[in-house]
Amino acid sequence: MSALSDLAEQVREANRTQTPLVLRGGGSKDFVGRSPHGEVLDLRGHAGIVAYEPTELVVTARCGTTLSHLQAELAARGQWLAFEPPSFGEHATVGGMVAAGLAGPARAAAGAVRDFVLGVRMMDAQGEVLEFGGQVMKNVAGFDLSRLQAGAMGILGPILDVSLKVLPLPQASVTMQFVLGQAEALSQVNRWSARPLPISASLWHDGCLSLRLSGAAGAVAAAVASLGGDRLDTAAAAALWLGVREQRHRFFQAEAPLWRLSVPSTAPVFDLAGDTIFEWGGAQRWWHSAPGDDATERVRALAQTVGGHATLFRGGDRAGSVFQPLSPATRTLHERLKDTLDPARIFNRGRMYADF
Amino acid sequence: MTEPALHPALNGLGFLRRAELISRLRARLPAAAVLHEPEDTTPYECDGLSAYRQRPMLVVLPATEDEVGFVLRECHALGVAVVARGAGTGLSGGALPLADGVLLSLARLNRVLSIDPLARVARVQPGVRNLAVSEAAAVHGLYYAPDPSSQIACTIGGNVAENSGGVHCLKYGLTVHNVMRLAGFTADGQPIELGAESLDVAGLDLLALVVGSEGMLAVVTEVSLRLIPRPQVARCIMASFATVESAGDAVAAVIGAGIIAAGLELMDQPAVKAVEQFVHAGYDLDAAAILLCESDGTTEEVENEIEHMASVLRAAGATAIRVSDSEAERQRFWAGRKAAFPAVGRISPDYYCMDGTIPRKRLAEVLRFIGEAERRYGLRCPNVFHAGDGNLHPLILFDANDPDQLARTEAFAADVLEKCVQVGGTITGEHGVGIEKINQMCVQFAPAELAAFRAVRRAFDPDERLNPGKNIPSLHRCAEYGRQHVGGGRLPFPDLPRF
Repeated sequence: MSALSDLAEQVREANRTQTPLVLRGGGSKDFVGRSPHGEVLDLRGHAGIVAYEPTELVVTARCGTTLSHLQAELAARGQWLAFEPPSFGEHATVGGMVAAGLAGPARAAAGAVRDFVLGVRMMDAQGEVLEFGGQVMKNVAGFDLSRLQAGAMGILGPILDVSLKVLPLPQASVTMQFVLGQAEALSQVNRWSARPLPISASLWHDGCLSLRLSGAAGAVAAAVASLGGDRLDTAAAAALWLGVREQRHRFFQAEAPLWRLSVPSTAPVFDLAGDTIFEWGGAQRWWHSAPGDDATERVRALAQTVGGHATLFRGGDRAGSVFQPLSPATRTLHERLKDTLDPARIFNRGRMYADF
Repeated sequence: MTEPALHPALNGLGFLRRAELISRLRARLPAAAVLHEPEDTTPYECDGLSAYRQRPMLVVLPATEDEVGFVLRECHALGVAVVARGAGTGLSGGALPLADGVLLSLARLNRVLSIDPLARVARVQPGVRNLAVSEAAAVHGLYYAPDPSSQIACTIGGNVAENSGGVHCLKYGLTVHNVMRLAGFTADGQPIELGAESLDVAGLDLLALVVGSEGMLAVVTEVSLRLIPRPQVARCIMASFATVESAGDAVAAVIGAGIIAAGLELMDQPAVKAVEQFVHAGYDLDAAAILLCESDGTTEEVENEIEHMASVLRAAGATAIRVSDSEAERQRFWAGRKAAFPAVGRISPDYYCMDGTIPRKRLAEVLRFIGEAERRYGLRCPNVFHAGDGNLHPLILFDANDPDQLARTEAFAADVLEKCVQVGGTITGEHGVGIEKINQMCVQFAPAELAAFRAVRRAFDPDERLNPGKNIPSLHRCAEYGRQHVGGGRLPFPDLPRF
């Protein structure tokens, strides 16, 4: 029997007995979202690159393919996943990367995971394989159920295969650093982002704004000349962006609960005591709450006031409210979507919100 | 033959319901915003796909967000279906009215609400024209990237409904990549907000689901659009090729060389000839195909990239290369491509535009198939092609006054769309399914997939009152159509080894 028919059998059985399933690849993102509970549906066996056409800018991979394998195959042809997904561990898989929907330092410039999803094959609660989207850049036939899977935390069912748009690696990349306070750094990086500069990543921490410029060599050189600042050497720059992407940077080493605030890039500096860091031109801010301080209400209110949301990314109460609560209207839509696609609520139940 | 005053659907109870709805709407809206006389409703009987026409029961033209909510609540209370419409430029009949339904025009919600140059966000109402966004943002050095050919007329609301593309999608994305937030109403008139001016939201990405949903999940009344800095400079190469195949291979060569062109468009000789007579863009009439290949960015970047592109194109067999040496010349190169549809409209009484997308490597095969179909059906078919992203626009030339030609055209188009699915592509890249391609949905999707679409639709609109009958065919309809799902070029049991 193929891995796929085994999976289908397991899903059908779980659906029949209403047993919650934990969709799991390499387990590198077990910490993301609310704590998983249920029987593990191990997706590692459904692995491999199905098709890769560098000149079509499309790769199709099975969910259990490791992210590192996919990235190596792309790099061998001078291409990459331009949204720079974090792996959070060597066993990270492609399916988990899409389901978690997390993008790395390039997010503000390149786009999110969902911006690169072209199509998926997934399994419904009856074990039937459904296909949405495709392997082409432009496709408006039917509702876009493929992009909906990015960041869905598996609650709509396991992604079996995903087709992703890939891009050429940038020719050149240079990181410049500027000594600036947080407020100055926020306004400066927004002003620069409104100019036609090849900014591919930004990071502010501890009085220093780091700006990565990537693209054609000529464009990068011209931007470096016009912006000034101190140039970070290539190895240190690579280590900096990798460290932030994988959260190995020293900011992320603290034991305290880690909050992620996703806000408009121009939102002011938040009145939050303690160490903080921002990325994505100001649109992604990280903050550690003091151990024992239940900051949930406060952080959520701060993010909501400016039109954003806050996630308890690591630590704290993983059985509690990890993601910002939904508005009643949006919550109703979530529950109806869940119930139409997974009526017995077996797929990753409670991983995103407690009831579904 | 005199036409009956009312559609049969409006007899009896339907007539009473219509009178009740008019009276309820008029209690709050000015008389000029509720149209029901045939001379007032006829202008709304079709969109850009004029082969399909239907006068709506009523046309309602709200001027504010509150009025849109009010209209939807009244329609919901009386069980009346609603079709939303922007400028009516759509090419798939997505805004085709219903005889017993309301045609909800959002054209009066036409204000740019705000532009935040620092955050690079424009808040606009759905009736704002696509090009007007870039015009309003120009003073800040910013623009809105998606540029469908109809951008001088089409509205943002329609762009959201159709997930419109344009000629710069490969580098700058589709509508879905450039919309940050939507506010509007569900079918029952309850307010809803999706997405945010942050880069993501908590929960499912419902924004991505609603963009391109052809007005079937919600009615949008406000949109936050992402603006990007206008590149310092853009230049365009016009390259000639001796065969369409070599032009297609040249596109693969450009992308294989690591170049993401800002625009990459292919036109075959019949399309080039039609366009050249119309706009005098200076196209090479001797070439079997021409390729437009654009670079944008900083001055240094564009200079390098144009040089790189030109050498790749030459190596790929270009027989002539011209590089725009002024903005006016670049605009002229594009004017031809953007005028392709009206140009073809001048050489034929009617034309039928298709919108399939294919993996680019199958281009030669699909063009050969189209060539054979031209002979089989005795109809001409020039081709324009968004080569960078695989989106084909074959234009079948016909005369609608000849019923036989019309029937041959429809059969021709169905064959081509099914071929697109068979080679692993899709029946529609950017024009939408609407009413036009609803039968071909049965070919592209399996019954369980169509059932999932239906379930999604009902999650948003349990009574199926927003734009019913479009986009998602019923299984019954598919059974009647009788052509089978061909599964995107894949075989049944894809996990079985085959040799």
